[in-house]
Amino acid sequence: MKLSGALNAEWTKARTLASTGWLLLAAIAATVAVSTAVAAAVTCPAGNCAEDPAKISLTGVYLGQAVVAILAVLMISGEYSTGMIRVTLAAMPGRATVLAAKAAILTGLVLAAGAVAVLGCVLAGHIILPGHGIGPSHGYPSLSLGDGPVLRATAGSVLYLVLVALLSLGTAAAVRDSGTAIGVVLGLLYLFPIVAAVLGGSPLGRHLQQIGPMTAGLAIQATTGLRHLPISPWAGLGVLAAWTAAALLAGGLVLCLRDA
Amino acid sequence: MTVTQYRSAAPAGSDGFAQLVRAEWTKFRTVRGWMAGMILAGLLTVGVGLLSHGECGSQAGPSAPVVTGGPACSDPLGPGGEAVTDGLYFVHRSLGLDGSITVRVTSLTGSYSPAGASAQDLKQGVQPWSKAGIIIKSSDIAGSAYAAMMVTGSHGVRMQWDYTGDAAGLGGAVSAASPRWLRLSRSGDTITGYDSLDGTHWSVVGTATLTGLPATVPAGPFAASPDYTVVNSRSAAGGSGTGGPSQATAAFDRITLQGAGPDRTWTGTAVGGPPGGPYPVLGYRQSGGGLVVSGSGDIAPVPPSGEGSLANTLIGAFAGLIAMVVVAAMFITAEYRRGLIGVTLTASPRRGRILAAKALVVGLAAFVVGLPAAWAAPLIEDPLARSRGIFIYPVPVLTEVRVIGGTAALLAVAAVLALALGALLRRSAIAVTAVIAVIVLPYFFAVPLALLPAGAADWLLRVTPAAGFAIQQPYPAYQQVTFDYTPGNGYYPLAPWAGFAVLCAWAALALGLAVYLLRRRDA
Repeated sequence: MKLSGALNAEWTKARTLASTGWLLLAAIAATVAVSTAVAAAVTCPAGNCAEDPAKISLTGVYLGQAVVAILAVLMISGEYSTGMIRVTLAAMPGRATVLAAKAAILTGLVLAAGAVAVLGCVLAGHIILPGHGIGPSHGYPSLSLGDGPVLRATAGSVLYLVLVALLSLGTAAAVRDSGTAIGVVLGLLYLFPIVAAVLGGSPLGRHLQQIGPMTAGLAIQATTGLRHLPISPWAGLGVLAAWTAAALLAGGLVLCLRDA
Repeated sequence: MTVTQYRSAAPAGSDGFAQLVRAEWTKFRTVRGWMAGMILAGLLTVGVGLLSHGECGSQAGPSAPVVTGGPACSDPLGPGGEAVTDGLYFVHRSLGLDGSITVRVTSLTGSYSPAGASAQDLKQGVQPWSKAGIIIKSSDIAGSAYAAMMVTGSHGVRMQWDYTGDAAGLGGAVSAASPRWLRLSRSGDTITGYDSLDGTHWSVVGTATLTGLPATVPAGPFAASPDYTVVNSRSAAGGSGTGGPSQATAAFDRITLQGAGPDRTWTGTAVGGPPGGPYPVLGYRQSGGGLVVSGSGDIAPVPPSGEGSLANTLIGAFAGLIAMVVVAAMFITAEYRRGLIGVTLTASPRRGRILAAKALVVGLAAFVVGLPAAWAAPLIEDPLARSRGIFIYPVPVLTEVRVIGGTAALLAVAAVLALALGALLRRSAIAVTAVIAVIVLPYFFAVPLALLPAGAADWLLRVTPAAGFAIQQPYPAYQQVTFDYTPGNGYYPLAPWAGFAVLCAWAALALGLAVYLLRRRDA
């Protein structure tokens, strides 16, 4: 009863904010647009490049996650900036319940929007890539959801977006300020691959790819060359889940222990 | 009855731009979190590069798509102070202060070893920059000054000198039916290269001045052939080039030396030591009145990349940039959030000047934090890398000043862009994401992600604010060396200042739009 009330309250807040809808739309649009652009740009005339059709089609997730992160951060930082948090906590003194309710609503929203975005990406890849020399007629696996690895990459990308959203929510609960929270989240996501790229194939570079939330988490998108991945797909998603759990724990502790 | 208006006895305060800047600076420095953010930005700029920990000679793993080879242990330095490679076989006699050497080249052939192939699997063919011709070299020590006229695999006749100098002569490939005549004439320190199709009609290809050339120098035919490389042109990240050593053999005849020294016989020397790999026997043989010379290696500048290059040392700027962008965006969005913007606009109703003052404060602060950080990064990291045996590629002083000052300026302009987007969007989270999306993400898509074809990636780094990273390019791209000149290796599609200008243009555009909207919109 307590949780359902909290869920109802958070759902009402999320659904009545204009920004929620816009950000979800923006996340879908950004994801599909980037995927389409990358699929259109990649060509493999000789038909023997080491391309991964699923990974190419799902590239938009790299940008879409940033929009999803904004949505997640604003869900709690927005309350701090307007002072709404005090009303929320007065109405629902169980602070862990509040965070759990927010996480649940966020999960639902991102699951829905992420599924739409990721399916849009796969559809774009399915239509565009065969024309660019990356299709079944060139020896590449067909980009259909009936294919095990493709299904794993697709469903995994949606899960990835959900985990990034929850990571952002936890971070925002911990640092409160929206600008700082988004800076921390995007820094965590994008800096690991940039630094790892500079370190190249050195063991440390590989370790950075194994522990970075984005580099590890998006291993779930790989359908070819699995042996050369720094981390296996599901283990990678597990690394991201560990980051998310840590962020939610830290956010929950700060929320419970500090004055709002 | 007259009404006397109340006038405060306090003297009127000055409301010039200087006061406005002072007010903004006071706001900036008194928020502890922002100061902490700026210090964090500085520390990240210095610190992230410390993660580098390679050992010299260690090759990147087979699954590493990004770097080409491991850090170098040592490279000889050329007369200009740049890292060079100096491996060739040359056959020489001594040449005095005034004299010349003339030859006719009748063939250039070669073989190369594809990656991992043994000596039995050699393939026939010359490399694009396989070289054979005549050379005047101050000594047979690697890295010594030289001037050479040569025929190349697919770049026609060239005159090259002191590793970086390169001038084009006659085009086309050399063959017995279509030989090339080459001449180098020395007059003191000045060496002029000529080429000719028939040995009668000569044209000047280039002139080189080799300061401090000894009175007697070795001169004669040479051959060299750089490693066979497959440049992964698809990926802007720089593919791990596969390849192996190669060899070039050229036939020379009609050799004439004027102003030659007392020695009457040719001596063969392998500069840079005997080449390894599948080519144990290189050298020369006399054939008729001429010489046939086989050489492997290259006499050219080394395009630095990876560890030991200044571009790698400054990678922390990405981390510093993100912290700086957060602070700069909050410098304006926090005013909206707290309602302070109302006070600010009441105190100084000329809104454009407020943004100008804020931009000045945040830009200068970012520069002042970024400059010592960028300066300290190589100071701290280079000795550590040297202690691991890694060769630190030298950078000319002026270039180093440009790269380090440019890194600080990059942070400053990015901060101004963040401030402008903060004023436009008013929400910290959206503004910070927008700035990171336009500066960091294009680089991310072009380099670490490595999915885009090189052409598309280059365009991302030409038109987006990420073009500004070009200011960090420490080494020129030598067109006479086959290499992956990609952003991942520290080479950008735009010239340093042009790339920086693109970033500045975006910042100016955003700031102009922000001023316009700040004037038009209610706060």
